[in-house]
Amino acid sequence: MAKSKPRVKVPKSAKAGDVITIKTLISHKMESGQRKDKQGKVIPRSIINKFTCEFNGAKVFECDIDPAISANPFFEFSAKVSESGTFKFIWVDDDGSTYTEEKKIEVS
Amino acid sequence: MSGRKHDVKNKLIAAGLAAAVAFTSGIVGLSADPVDETLSIDGNPMVSRTKAPEGYPFDEVMSGWLFRTDETRALQSDSFNNPGMLGVEEGEAIWNTVEGSEGKSCASCHNDAKESMKGIAANYPKWDADAKRPINIELQINKCREKNMGAEPYAFDKSGQKPLTAYIKHQSLGTPVALDLGKGELQKWWDDGKKLYYTRTGQLDLSCASCHEQNMGKNIRADHLSQGQVNGFPTYRLKQGGLVSVHNRFRGCIRDTRAEFPKAFSDELMALELYVTWRGSGLSVETPAVRQ
Repeated sequence: MAKSKPRVKVPKSAKAGDVITIKTLISHKMESGQRKDKQGKVIPRSIINKFTCEFNGAKVFECDIDPAISANPFFEFSAKVSESGTFKFIWVDDDGSTYTEEKKIEVS
Repeated sequence: MSGRKHDVKNKLIAAGLAAAVAFTSGIVGLSADPVDETLSIDGNPMVSRTKAPEGYPFDEVMSGWLFRTDETRALQSDSFNNPGMLGVEEGEAIWNTVEGSEGKSCASCHNDAKESMKGIAANYPKWDADAKRPINIELQINKCREKNMGAEPYAFDKSGQKPLTAYIKHQSLGTPVALDLGKGELQKWWDDGKKLYYTRTGQLDLSCASCHEQNMGKNIRADHLSQGQVNGFPTYRLKQGGLVSVHNRFRGCIRDTRAEFPKAFSDELMALELYVTWRGSGLSVETPAVRQ
């Protein structure tokens, strides 16, 4: 599981004003930086430190992630939708790379 | 003050004695019924309770899922929430990875596992006519790697063994477990497995049956004893935070009786796997199940 792969679950359609549940999961080892290897050397910290969700460019959900979060961080949150559009999900890694995923939703 | 201290000490001794008595006379615990629910995964109903096969000690075969907490059960009901699915995805990548001197992957011969492996694992362990012993998915993978791929067989629980096994077994999700004991000498191995199941081992003098048959449904400290079914292996165990193979679990259980435990894939554990799998006949394959 060296490569991080995001997964997102968003309903394909909803009625205007509905509160929908969004689930996200990204595979990541989330090495805390507190552990030592067999030689006693500190294993360097390597975590996802930020997660953001946007809807049509507007921020819906954002959080900083710290070393105590376990491997493969999972977030579940709700959002109220009033129009069709695209959810964008962004994870920021300590090494500077970002992982993104997009999901469209049809609102009637 | 000293009188009170004494009291506490006496109570402790009494509690210690009670615990000792409890251990020597078997396990005692509070009875708690398994939940009256049906497991469905992403809306597809599973067989988590079914009429027992002939010669079975209970009337009903019950999945270990019924014995777990609300939160643990919920994790398994939605494959998005199931952390074991990460292992399954890893297994899918291995399925399509070329390895060995023949330049083949699993997919080179078996194409899409979703078609070719559908329902297959529900009939394992099977009789292996070449090795003249039962073969499970792990050993079948190793046989393929050696014979057809020219690759090194996986060492127990190492490299891709757990995720690939989970991926292959996952293709049988929902298929009821059914063994054909008529093949080869499987019946003899089944008998051996049964003997082992009822043999008490270790300093604690416990057999599989002590917990999973005589005390099924009771609590052993914080653990709600299930029937010890293996239809969900490799299982995601919250305790380990990863996939756990069935032979690892067998060894863990035997170790916990404070006995010497057999090697993975040894004759003893293959016989035990065959017998214990039979005890779950009719239950859906749940791989990867989520357990405590």
